[in-house]
Amino acid sequence: MRLLTGLLCVWFGLSFGCSILLRDWLDAHAPTVGHAPFGFWMAQQGSIFGFVVLLVIYAWGMNRLEERFRSDEEGK
Amino acid sequence: MSQAFMNYLFIGLSFAIYITIAIRSRAGSTKEFYVAGGGVSPLANGMATAADWMSAATFISMAGTVAISGYDGSRFLMGWTGGFVLLTVLMVPYLRKFGKATVPDFIGDRYYSRGARAIAVVCALFICMTYIMGQMRGVGVVFSQLFGISVPAGVLIGATIVFFYAGLGGMKGITYTQVAQYLVMAFSYTIPALFIAFMLTGNVLPQAGLVGETVNGVPFLDALNAINRELGFAEYTAGKLSKLNMFCITAALMCGTAGLPHVIVRYFTVKSVKAVRVSAAWTLLFIAVIYLTAPAVGAFARVQLIEALNETAQADLPAWFGAFEATGQMSWEDVNGDGHIQYRGAESAEPNELIFGTDMMVMANPYMAGLPMWVTALLMAGCIAAALSTAAGLLLVLSTSIAHDLMKKILKPTLSDREEVRWARVASFGALVVATYFGINPPSAFIAKTVAFAFGLAASSFFPTLLMGIFSTRMNRAGGMAGMSVGLLFTFSYIVYFQFLGGTAAEYWWGITPEGIGFVGMLLNFAVAFGVRVCTAPPPTAVVEMVERIRLPEESA
Repeated sequence: MRLLTGLLCVWFGLSFGCSILLRDWLDAHAPTVGHAPFGFWMAQQGSIFGFVVLLVIYAWGMNRLEERFRSDEEGK
Repeated sequence: MSQAFMNYLFIGLSFAIYITIAIRSRAGSTKEFYVAGGGVSPLANGMATAADWMSAATFISMAGTVAISGYDGSRFLMGWTGGFVLLTVLMVPYLRKFGKATVPDFIGDRYYSRGARAIAVVCALFICMTYIMGQMRGVGVVFSQLFGISVPAGVLIGATIVFFYAGLGGMKGITYTQVAQYLVMAFSYTIPALFIAFMLTGNVLPQAGLVGETVNGVPFLDALNAINRELGFAEYTAGKLSKLNMFCITAALMCGTAGLPHVIVRYFTVKSVKAVRVSAAWTLLFIAVIYLTAPAVGAFARVQLIEALNETAQADLPAWFGAFEATGQMSWEDVNGDGHIQYRGAESAEPNELIFGTDMMVMANPYMAGLPMWVTALLMAGCIAAALSTAAGLLLVLSTSIAHDLMKKILKPTLSDREEVRWARVASFGALVVATYFGINPPSAFIAKTVAFAFGLAASSFFPTLLMGIFSTRMNRAGGMAGMSVGLLFTFSYIVYFQFLGGTAAEYWWGITPEGIGFVGMLLNFAVAFGVRVCTAPPPTAVVEMVERIRLPEESA
């Protein structure tokens, strides 16, 4: 459950946070990616990279959690 | 060899592959027809889902939208990828564990009533119909370009093909065909992009080209912003949509993704919950290949289009312009009578003379860049694969909803397997007729927008109801039913009012366009459901136990 909340927070931060709500500030203050303003890059590329990473972590983490849960059950 | 011949050759070849696969894996039973017997590997399912997911809206329309609206186009980029995070983390593992074949099945059992199941069927119909309309339009645009005919005629041809194609193999056939379709789509989308990126920026990777420099050493995005300013458009990297509207549209697309019946159903085809998670990660990876390329394609297409057409004399117009003009996808009118095309934005003092559909950008791209014929032909095959795969997947869900959920579970429980499959075919025919009509008379200016309405409907009806069904043990029948009905009705009325009944932009609530209203509908759904729940009896203990069970890890249940 904690994994889930954590992932959703990152998801929200990536998409709505960086790419929409804070984009003007990030465009102006964060370092550019190549020649693209940071907020713009986040919206068009960065967030998508982030989503892929999130799902890989989720699949790996959750499946491992279940594995551990199962071995605990068997241990009893 | 002519371009037309090359196009037919590539499309013919790709079709031969799809049909061979479909015939070799024909469905034998209803279970195979609906969920492929539950035995597809996570990787193959990931690829098939990606093909199913990426429709004409993604493939044909999205890069064009980005080309025209720059930063604002990100709403589709983020909405249609970020939704997968929600879908995977909150929905599919739990629904898969519950182990039913369709979404109305889950809702019917979770909210313990036929009424809830019936409402869910209605929601599924609305969502899938709207979505298919967009696909039919997409098929029409491609066929019209291919044969040099009008879009309505193209839609009719497309509908005929989709009908035969979808009835052929059921889910099992579709799954393996979609693997092939994904490969066609991925190659046909990225190869032209690689060529064009290299031509414009000297960089083979389109993603690097977008943030890099042009061959003249100017940063590419700065050059594009300069062009836009000069012609009187808003800067490419700036957005025109308000933050609130942008937020709502993106949120509606994301939540809609997590509530789309045809995507959810895909994950019922793999064998365990563990495999569902792995499969979903694969899906997003495969989708990202195309979504990361799209913004670059859009930006490059814009530069190409302006370079090729702006200030060009009538006599010097490239040959492809005639081809797009003949099918009505592009047109120009010499307003100031100087014999040259002027492409201008809203802020320019001079009148704009060039009109073109958003949906033709991707198809015109290889022509504009003067790429080899086979690249264009490959792209055409990809466009058709995109529209076909999604339309087939949607038709399957739609016909299942009618045959399985409506006929068998509600109206006539004695239906045999054979009759059920027959009903499914009749339903998909009916759906196609309606979709064809709206493909010819589309509800919005471009495909991505029509499809966005489908997402809004899904976000306001299924998403909250499924979410509460999984995570709230106390949510009851009355709450679920009321929430779904209110969410769907509200969103549907808002869309119909502004798209068909002549509502004007000034009447938008808080400036939210119909694309984004699904988000408000979703909040309304939650609110109504909680309100009704408090005033009515709690769900029976059997249901509470069921909900607790699907949240436990699989093996211990």
